[in-house]
Amino acid sequence: MVWNDVVAQFGPSTIGGLAFGSIYALIALGYTMVYGVLRLINFAHSEIFMIGTFAALFVLNLVDLSAPLSGLALVGMLLLLIVVAMAVSGGAAVLLEQVAYRPLRRHGASRLAALISAIGASIFLQELFALIVIPDVFHRPQQGGRLPVPGPRLVNRDVLFSIGNANVRTDQLIVIVAALIMMVLLNQLVNRSRIGRGIRATAQDPEAAVLMGVSIDGIVRLTFLLGGAMAGVAGVLYLMEFEVTNYFVGFALGIKAFTSAVLGGIGNLRGALLGGILLGLIENWGAIFFGSQWKDVIAFIVLVVVLLFRPTGILGESLQKARA
Amino acid sequence: MGGIDEKPRGDTAVTDRVNPRVGNLAARVRRSVSDASDVLWRRWEQAARWQRWLVYLMLIGLAIVAPSPVIGSFMSPFTDWPSLLFNPIGVYVLLALGLNVVVGYAGLLDLGYVAFFAIGAYTLAYFSTTYGWLFWPTLVVGVTLAAVSGVILGAPTLRLRGDYLAIVTLGFGEIVRITAVNTDEIGGARGITNIPHPPNLFGVQFLLDPLPYYYIILSLIILVIIFSIRLERSRVGRAWAAIREDEDAAELMGVPTFRFKLLAFATGALVGGMAGVVFAGKVIFIEPNNFPFILSATILAAVVLGGSGNIPGVILGAFLIAWLPERFRGLAEYRILFFGAVLVAVMALRPEGLLPSRRRRAELREGSGGMGRLGGEVGCASASSEVISAEARQ
Repeated sequence: MVWNDVVAQFGPSTIGGLAFGSIYALIALGYTMVYGVLRLINFAHSEIFMIGTFAALFVLNLVDLSAPLSGLALVGMLLLLIVVAMAVSGGAAVLLEQVAYRPLRRHGASRLAALISAIGASIFLQELFALIVIPDVFHRPQQGGRLPVPGPRLVNRDVLFSIGNANVRTDQLIVIVAALIMMVLLNQLVNRSRIGRGIRATAQDPEAAVLMGVSIDGIVRLTFLLGGAMAGVAGVLYLMEFEVTNYFVGFALGIKAFTSAVLGGIGNLRGALLGGILLGLIENWGAIFFGSQWKDVIAFIVLVVVLLFRPTGILGESLQKARA
Repeated sequence: MGGIDEKPRGDTAVTDRVNPRVGNLAARVRRSVSDASDVLWRRWEQAARWQRWLVYLMLIGLAIVAPSPVIGSFMSPFTDWPSLLFNPIGVYVLLALGLNVVVGYAGLLDLGYVAFFAIGAYTLAYFSTTYGWLFWPTLVVGVTLAAVSGVILGAPTLRLRGDYLAIVTLGFGEIVRITAVNTDEIGGARGITNIPHPPNLFGVQFLLDPLPYYYIILSLIILVIIFSIRLERSRVGRAWAAIREDEDAAELMGVPTFRFKLLAFATGALVGGMAGVVFAGKVIFIEPNNFPFILSATILAAVVLGGSGNIPGVILGAFLIAWLPERFRGLAEYRILFFGAVLVAVMALRPEGLLPSRRRRAELREGSGGMGRLGGEVGCASASSEVISAEARQ
């Protein structure tokens, strides 16, 4: 009987895990790229994601959706949201680098100092949203802007098709497909383009890259921009899927996303994808057995176990080796 | 670390003279702050032994009279000063001293330190409410349990490199908190209420008055300070310094690095557990939300802000981080916002912390010391090019 429960829940959990995992993977890309280039845990990246959810919500409020969209209108709306959120989050990430990391990088501060600076920036951004942005821009001053801010329904939750007993809903499919498209695009950019070569060169050997004429500051800025833009996409998808956000939303997702990056092999773009999807699946599968309140514990235990046997993550850590 | 990033090491004044960077306000502020504290620090190092002891005694005397309302009236016009001295100030200082052993001495990045604090607090809360254990024996049990959990966490994870260790310890902190939320035997999300106060000691009653608790935590702080200083100057401390500066070299020189890292972890955990037990003994009621990740981050910030590895610095950092937000309660809710901004600003102006030890600072300049330098070789390359351009201008 218990076994039947497990079988019955397996399919839906898998689909849910894939959708969750895609969002983790998108956020993980930002951690992994910055880590690949600067060897720095960009702790404030979770806040960049949070800003992305609010950017999307802002546009949705402007448009003032009356009913869920479908067809071309939906695609157009999603594209608009993604472009805006990418711009806002990418810009915020560049600004973050400028304010919190560049001064430290300039005089070669320790990475511990950079981590503290990142934690400071993270606290600052959270409080900025709770105290100023949410009450004033989103007109929700209750409890100092600390309550969740709901968003409108963008997509109807129709079942598109079923695989076995697993129903795939429209929103889940959009999340998975959109995340995959963005990741393929980013992978192409990093592996095929000129600026991508600059990023890989810097990750591989910064000193040699400088000597070869790569502008380090430019590359670092670009890395933050790309990572931030991916977090912006993740923000849109998160808002669409969960229809609610808050000033603290980045924290849990940020930790999970960083965990995914480490799981797959930090500094490695495909590792972020693999780690994100795996983490989403493991969490949801584990929740079948132990209950969903143990999700996070399961995720961390898996991380510890993987690191014990494969200390550089599943695919190993290298941005430069992740080529086609 | 390649060849071109060699900067003149040694005295800071030399590098500053080579690289004046006048005109930039941030650079000037940074330089004047660091000069002022350098002068103080140098004078301190040259002071005679009896002068230093005099200062120590004066500081202890100051700590003993600190709860007086005269001092409280300007230190904390908004909140009750003695209870502020216990929590957060005393608790933060004790936690920061414990984390300093892990981060400052052994150079290991621990982002889940609050877990040990929670384990200590829950030990007292659980055993005293369920089995009626008394405070003092439970203090010993709590400290032991915390140290054991430090070993349990450290044994599998201390073979990992710095950043991985950071994320695994962060995960551990969250695991402990979520487990506390999900386990009904220890109160679940509602926490544990009616934790008994410590029994009378030398005729002093432990009730709602924060003063006796303050003196308990003060004596524990003094104990931990003596303990840390003795450790730092022992074989263990030298082993930690070696591991922090270059783990591979230490291993090759025959330092059993893993065992010493584990010892650092256990020592840090022990102090964290101690703080937890005392905290729970005072507050009557604990819940999982008393032990969020942000507390780990705050304590780490205190250690780094003050100057990791240097006890006066760590105490100063913890004091400032605990006290400033309370002192400026007038700013009401904006104080956390400012706290974040201040962290960023201080790290930009003085990344080595307010009062770094000389050795630690030299390490940080060199890029060794646990985590290495931000941007690796890149930061140095641009720094040395700045030096060159500054020389060219002269």
